[in-house]
Amino acid sequence: MKTELLEIVGLTLSVSGMATLIALALGLPLGVLLALGRFPGRGLLAAMVNTGMGLPPVVVGLVVAMLLWRSGPLGQWGLIYTPAAMVIAQVIIALPMVAGVSMAGIQQVDPMIPLQARALGASGWQTLWTLVKEARLSMLAAVMAAFGSVISEVGAVLMVGGNLKGQTRVLTTAILQETRMGRFETALTLAYVLLMFTFTINFFLTRLQQKGVRAAPLRWRR
Amino acid sequence: MAHCFLWSKNFRNLLVAAVVGLYLGGIFGCGSHTDQAALILATTTSTYDSGLLDVLVPKFEKSSGYRVKVIAVGTGEALRMGQQGDADVLLVHAPEAEERFMAEGFGKTRKPVMHNDFVLLGPPTDPAGIKGEDAVGAIKKIAAAQSPFISRGDNSGTHKKELSLWAAAGIKPKGTWYIEAGQGMGECLRIAHEKNAYLLADRGTWLAFRKQFSLKLLVEGDPKLLNPYHVITVNPEVHPHVNGQGAEEFVQFITSPPIQQMIRQFGQAEYGESLFIPDALQP
Repeated sequence: MKTELLEIVGLTLSVSGMATLIALALGLPLGVLLALGRFPGRGLLAAMVNTGMGLPPVVVGLVVAMLLWRSGPLGQWGLIYTPAAMVIAQVIIALPMVAGVSMAGIQQVDPMIPLQARALGASGWQTLWTLVKEARLSMLAAVMAAFGSVISEVGAVLMVGGNLKGQTRVLTTAILQETRMGRFETALTLAYVLLMFTFTINFFLTRLQQKGVRAAPLRWRR
Repeated sequence: MAHCFLWSKNFRNLLVAAVVGLYLGGIFGCGSHTDQAALILATTTSTYDSGLLDVLVPKFEKSSGYRVKVIAVGTGEALRMGQQGDADVLLVHAPEAEERFMAEGFGKTRKPVMHNDFVLLGPPTDPAGIKGEDAVGAIKKIAAAQSPFISRGDNSGTHKKELSLWAAAGIKPKGTWYIEAGQGMGECLRIAHEKNAYLLADRGTWLAFRKQFSLKLLVEGDPKLLNPYHVITVNPEVHPHVNGQGAEEFVQFITSPPIQQMIRQFGQAEYGESLFIPDALQP
């Protein structure tokens, strides 16, 4: 049981971690583009990203599964019921979250800051970098939101992964299965492990995030 | 128009409060609304997925006046729900576990309802050559050939039946060829189809899915593959809050001649054969 638990935890962290990283690599530039770019279809794309933030994982799972089934258009890749399929599904869940949160974050940066940077002689890329640095609080929020949602979703990984023991079983699907089998103690233990992981990771990300906070603490005065 | 009540802030606040109130009332009102006439039936996913209960339960609700909540879970969880008094009546198919449940005093009445049978399915090419074998001989061949085999791996009635076959064969299945999926029957059929693997399935689910998948029925008819369903009422002496009266009425209903006849006819129109053979009327 102990090695099995380690296997499950290891797979959970690597699948969700990989999905979050890929979603960041694609989602941050998309968020910046949506926040600063002016191009036709931008409004539509932004609305799609915001809708995508509430995308139900089972729907993502169903669509990705249908694509990857042997009878599906991408069937010859042979990815169904593999960790790679789980990463693909979770990237689709996390990507709108990263893009949406970082878009909102960059839009909230004081519009004077890029102007000042320009006035001080910054190049286009340097101005962009300044903006992204100013928005780092929201960027970290985007990481937390994305990782938190993919590590805790069950619908997509169950459908595209199949919950195969020793191959594609992760914490959430294991919890579901233990519950179905009536083994509530094991299910609760696994739930506890999952919560500990999300808490620990969010704890460090929050510390990192709050380090950058310069606002004076709020004091109530009557 | 400036002081029209309909446009005043007070009215708008009132409206918002009313909507929120109605909404919360709707949510919590329904959630906490308990009446004596509810009956919780815990059953297995395979029974539920067959659609039989969609036919039988409305009939029972009409004749008895009870509102039935059907909870579809694995046999393990269904029995556990009965043990904890979370269900009033169970419809399950794991005889050994059921007998233990009765022996421990958690059940009051247990009656046979019907049976169907299990079949061994596999890829059309049958790489392990199990066609024509009996159940135990077939799985011995699968193990010897190390052909991929999908196990439910979820403590369900089907899984328990599979484990009893391995035990009868004297084999402890282990290795990359033995894949434990931990999902429902339909999902496991899909996984076996995708992975060109063998598996044990109940005939009802197989009939419902066979057009979708390339799997072939290879072994059937072995007495070891019979799958009997029993109805069990949860013992009100252990859990005084259960609906014992309703549970007993459900047992009488499902074992009555007209309902047993309905069970025999169920599925014949769609699949050309009965999904379940009634058992309650046999002497």
